[in-house]
Amino acid sequence: MTTATLEKAAAAEAQRKQKVILAEGNEAAALGVALARPDMVSVYPITPQSSLVEHLAKLIADGRMDADIVDAEGEHSVLSVLQGGALAGARTYTATCGPGLAFMFEPYFRTPGMRLPIVLTIVTRDGITPQSVWGGHQDAMTVREAGWIQVYCESVQEVLDTTVMAFKIAEHHDVMLPVNVCLDGNYLSYGASRVEMPDQADVDEFMGEKDVNWHVALDPLRPMAVDPLTGGTTGKGPQTFVRYRKGQCAGMQNALRVIEEVHADWAKRIGRSFAPLVEEYRLDDAEFAIMTLGSMSGAAKDAVDEARDAGRKVGLIKIKTFSPFPVEALMKALGKVKALGVIDRSVGFRWNCGPMYQETLGVLYRLGRFIPSMSFIGGLAGADITIPHVHRVIAETEALLNGTAAPTEPVWLNEKD
Amino acid sequence: MYEVRFHGRGGQGSVMASGMLAAAMVEEGKYAVSIPSFGFERRGAPVVSFLRVSDREIRQLTNIYQPDCIVCVDPTLMKSVDIFAGMKAGGTLVQATHQPLSELVLPDSVATVGLLDAVKIALEIFKRPITNTLMLGAFAKTTGVVSLDSLKRSLEDSDFRDAGLAQNMTALERGYAEVVVHRIERRAAA
Repeated sequence: MTTATLEKAAAAEAQRKQKVILAEGNEAAALGVALARPDMVSVYPITPQSSLVEHLAKLIADGRMDADIVDAEGEHSVLSVLQGGALAGARTYTATCGPGLAFMFEPYFRTPGMRLPIVLTIVTRDGITPQSVWGGHQDAMTVREAGWIQVYCESVQEVLDTTVMAFKIAEHHDVMLPVNVCLDGNYLSYGASRVEMPDQADVDEFMGEKDVNWHVALDPLRPMAVDPLTGGTTGKGPQTFVRYRKGQCAGMQNALRVIEEVHADWAKRIGRSFAPLVEEYRLDDAEFAIMTLGSMSGAAKDAVDEARDAGRKVGLIKIKTFSPFPVEALMKALGKVKALGVIDRSVGFRWNCGPMYQETLGVLYRLGRFIPSMSFIGGLAGADITIPHVHRVIAETEALLNGTAAPTEPVWLNEKD
Repeated sequence: MYEVRFHGRGGQGSVMASGMLAAAMVEEGKYAVSIPSFGFERRGAPVVSFLRVSDREIRQLTNIYQPDCIVCVDPTLMKSVDIFAGMKAGGTLVQATHQPLSELVLPDSVATVGLLDAVKIALEIFKRPITNTLMLGAFAKTTGVVSLDSLKRSLEDSDFRDAGLAQNMTALERGYAEVVVHRIERRAAA
């Protein structure tokens, strides 16, 4: 047998061992964490993340997960506690969202700078005010420039699998950066779906040896200055600071390769594959495309299938890895189409459009293609993005292809629901 | 694809029922997704949960606007909420009520009705008006889209304490046995 045949057989065998269960997204995240065997989790509950914390606590109480759990008094302490844990060599995890993420921001920004491979699930929630406890990507988008890797999941199964992979990506020696696994509040967090549980022994082999504080440690046997004062207006300090920042940027760029490698390894060992950076759906012969992020993508694929059946040449581009922005992979996808409609689940206040749309314009510039495009904003504060909503996006993007001028303002999909 | 919308009030367990039904469907080898419409839940406030089931993978993670079936676990809700909004023609209603069919005002979209005096039975079993597992039994009998055995296994896998599990098993069986199913014949439009 060829190597490829053997690998296929091994993947099929790995999949055969998997128990089928029903789990909501928050439970799937907790199960993924348990499979990755962290040493320490620290948590503070907040809607819509709360049931994730409850599932973690139960897994530990039931003896299904061997980790210390620290109930801290707030999210600032949660992440500070984990920084200490990671510096002492622990694999660490937490989850938060919205106002909790805001309260966490000071240690949040410091975590990638210290190159600590902490995994943090953002159960995405819209920004307040107006007061709201429902889903939306505004919280994750607001912190997109803080140096964390951010990946968005489409399905409950992808939440489970990506949560495990996140530890592997974060801890890769060429990366050493924290990872946000973003799962949509409401539709994914509470949406219960059929999922397959990977076998623990297969996951253990996938994870390999843990080695998280080889570069910086709180360790009496190898004393070192952790996060010393760096910079200044004279002397060599600023040069050192530049070296740190360039290193962080290099780690982000390395992550693009590592995310692909880890997804390929997961597919080989566990038998399930997901597009690691950018997914192209029915794009090869498409004349125009719509672009999605997160749980809206399932309904969008169904809408694309219906539009294709009606003879419309539409494809779909889904971003999984939002940070680092997958420029090369997107260039490849965007090079295939002549018009583009981008659906964001958050607001870019500065440009009066969706943030993913605005970042995509930069990719088109680098590609040297100035195709007509439009920003659509939907799914704010719990609103639904349904197949009919996506049909509107398809119709308006197709109109651009046929010469209609693109509006200068975004289309608000749920304005008249 | 078969779509069910659960209506109830906070505290009656309609969201949990939707989840247990989805688990039973998965147990039968189908694909199922159950999405509750959550916010700040208050006991007694109207709540909704959406359930899709299919032989193929379900990609859309959205609410349900044109259900094939409506399960209403509360007898008073019909007066304050339009539980029939968007219901498909030829649809099924599974309703907790002590009223006979003749006293209910139903839209033309309803073709099959399962009626169960769930509050009365719940008071006998639980001493509280918790109707969710009773209504699951009623759903199984009325629609035939899930077996009673799968629902029982789903209950066994849920987080009930021993006494609670026994009571809910009884509720499931009595819901299945005591629901009264009606087929409404409608004259074709002239």
